[in-house]
Amino acid sequence: MRILVLGLGNILLSDEGAGVHAVERLGKRLALPPEVEVLDGGTCGMELLDQISGRDALIVVDAIKSKKRKPGDTVRLAGADIDQFFRTRLSPHQLGLSDVLALLDMTGAKPAEVVIVGIVPASLDLGLSLSPEAEQGCEAAIGLVIAELERLGVSAATRSSPVAAE
Amino acid sequence: MSRITIDPITRIEGHLRIDCEVTEGKVAKAWSSGTMWRGIEVILKDRDPRDAWVFTQRICGVCTTVHAVTSVRAVENALGLEVPLNAQFIRNMIITAHGIHDHIVHFYHLAALDWVDIVSALKGDPEAAAKIGASLSDYAGNSVPEIRAVRDKLTKFVESGQLGPYASGYWGHPAMKLPPEINLLAATHYLQALEVQRVANQIVTILGAKSPHIQNLAVGGVANPINPESQSTLTIERLFAVKTLIDKLGDFIHNAMMTDTAAVGALYADWTQYGAGVTNYLSVPDLPLDTKGTVFELPGGHVPGDLNAFKPITSYQDAYFRDGVKEAVKHSWYDYTGNAGALHPFDGETTPNYTDFQEDGKYSWVKAPTFYDERAQVGPLANVLAMYAAGHEPTKRHLTKLIEVASSVAGSPIPLAALHSTVGRIAARTVRCAVLHEALQNQWQLLLDNISKGDFDTFNRPVFPKGEVRGFGYHEAPRGVLSHWVVIKDGKIDNYQCVVPSTWNAGPRDQNDAPGPYEASLVDNPVADPTLPLEVLRTVHSFDPCLACAVHLVDEDREPIVSVKAM
Repeated sequence: MRILVLGLGNILLSDEGAGVHAVERLGKRLALPPEVEVLDGGTCGMELLDQISGRDALIVVDAIKSKKRKPGDTVRLAGADIDQFFRTRLSPHQLGLSDVLALLDMTGAKPAEVVIVGIVPASLDLGLSLSPEAEQGCEAAIGLVIAELERLGVSAATRSSPVAAE
Repeated sequence: MSRITIDPITRIEGHLRIDCEVTEGKVAKAWSSGTMWRGIEVILKDRDPRDAWVFTQRICGVCTTVHAVTSVRAVENALGLEVPLNAQFIRNMIITAHGIHDHIVHFYHLAALDWVDIVSALKGDPEAAAKIGASLSDYAGNSVPEIRAVRDKLTKFVESGQLGPYASGYWGHPAMKLPPEINLLAATHYLQALEVQRVANQIVTILGAKSPHIQNLAVGGVANPINPESQSTLTIERLFAVKTLIDKLGDFIHNAMMTDTAAVGALYADWTQYGAGVTNYLSVPDLPLDTKGTVFELPGGHVPGDLNAFKPITSYQDAYFRDGVKEAVKHSWYDYTGNAGALHPFDGETTPNYTDFQEDGKYSWVKAPTFYDERAQVGPLANVLAMYAAGHEPTKRHLTKLIEVASSVAGSPIPLAALHSTVGRIAARTVRCAVLHEALQNQWQLLLDNISKGDFDTFNRPVFPKGEVRGFGYHEAPRGVLSHWVVIKDGKIDNYQCVVPSTWNAGPRDQNDAPGPYEASLVDNPVADPTLPLEVLRTVHSFDPCLACAVHLVDEDREPIVSVKAM
């Protein structure tokens, strides 16, 4: 089972980068087996095609806009929810993750399982740190990713001493 | 008179809003507005200049590498720091591989859908398409089984209703003119290009140690230790793996992308009449071949409309470039101290003053750059014209070939002047892609030869003096001239300004109310149907818009994020 845990977002815009912060922390805290790769995808689109291609499962952690939830909340999207949610956002000139997945689908290299873990931001202001709400959301998202990995049959051990930096 | 607002015109690359006033089926007036504030300057203030590149590569998800490279060049320039040859060659290879990747993705996956009708491609006959392909080049990917397989795949995909990147395309629009077989051939290459762009990206990953954010840069060189014997460093074996990838790119670029571009150019020859806009062109030389940045593989410079008036930019210390750049904010949501008309980036200020969209006042977060107080167009067209004017042999050869193939498809000779147009910008990007591929091969050889001489140096340690130093770095990025300007005080960043390609092209009117390249190029474009403004998109997309701010938020409420308003 080849799994990619992909953090997305812009770390220069505070909570916009919550997904990137979450996967960075995850990678530092957990000793993951070699079949699980943790990647900071930033705000990239097509550059990620090669990384996603051929994986069995993709777990995306990203900031998510939501009217019905409050800042710091997390949400898990999978299956038809993802398709439905991408369907309203498509256009031929905006190659985002949804387009990359659609292209991989067409070429037969799309991961069989795609899960999005979303964190609702409180602030999108310029700045490198997370708001207190997104800070909580980020920690909750890490828990959701670990649960997701366990569901996929991966056991992750906590590192005895966290890795200093990438 | 009707008014079209397209907001936003791109998503992944940032927010761009275009407003057009349409009179009698033509654009009479246009406004280009960047709708997001980008304040990297604020984040970098007081930081260690050696770290700036790590932050600048986060400005944009498409241009990560280019901001990283330009940032270290700016700091090296401020310190007068030379860069070891190996480091130059490794950076050059990353730059060229990234540029190739970017140009392929733009042509096939972003711009092509403005010209190629995928639904029409489904009606194409694979055998007829293969025949046309064979008449244009001996590209191996034009076989009947290959084309048929693509048609079957596309049919299945379109029937599934999951249109993905094809959703909300302008299929069947009266401005779509390619015959089904050409559409099918282009669609075949569209899918093949997915694989090819991956190969280009793999080169960046190997050399940059990671993708999408490279890790190997340093002020003073690169962090790739070279040791021909060791397994953990850049070995000869790894270099030969890179060579295999480089060779894989060639057939596609030279035999598929070049001919596709020629065919689109020839069959949409009317688009050589539209979109010229600002014909004052600026580009910079790139791929330094020495440690100081005084000799370059690719030339660049200023083409003030006329190729004969070309003025080259010749080094990293070039005063003509350094002293010519200014940014105006009369129509941008900023204020300058004392209402200064336009400021040089070393003295640049980023003080926001949002006023709402005022078409005669302020209407954009993008500043309006000028070169010696004139608007300038940047990008592959500017670069190809400069390289052509400089007598760069590979540029002349590839451009001549492209024009020859296009002329033969069109059945009449196409003049060089046709390049000043919407279609010309697309053609120039493909020419530049072919030039970059040759340059990549050359840079690989240069690196190998230099290592073979026993030179393993990759890094010179930077030393920061007390007091103030200033520097600028430039790079001919896929979208054109990118420059970073840094003022360092006592080893810390005091001011940092990025003048990015899309600022040059997408900027609003300047201090003299002169329109920017997007705005000028849209004037007189035909608009058949204001509710489906495909023509406007063609011209704007021909610049490869990228506003370098990339908010990447997903929307759980499923609201459509693109709105086209025609009033």
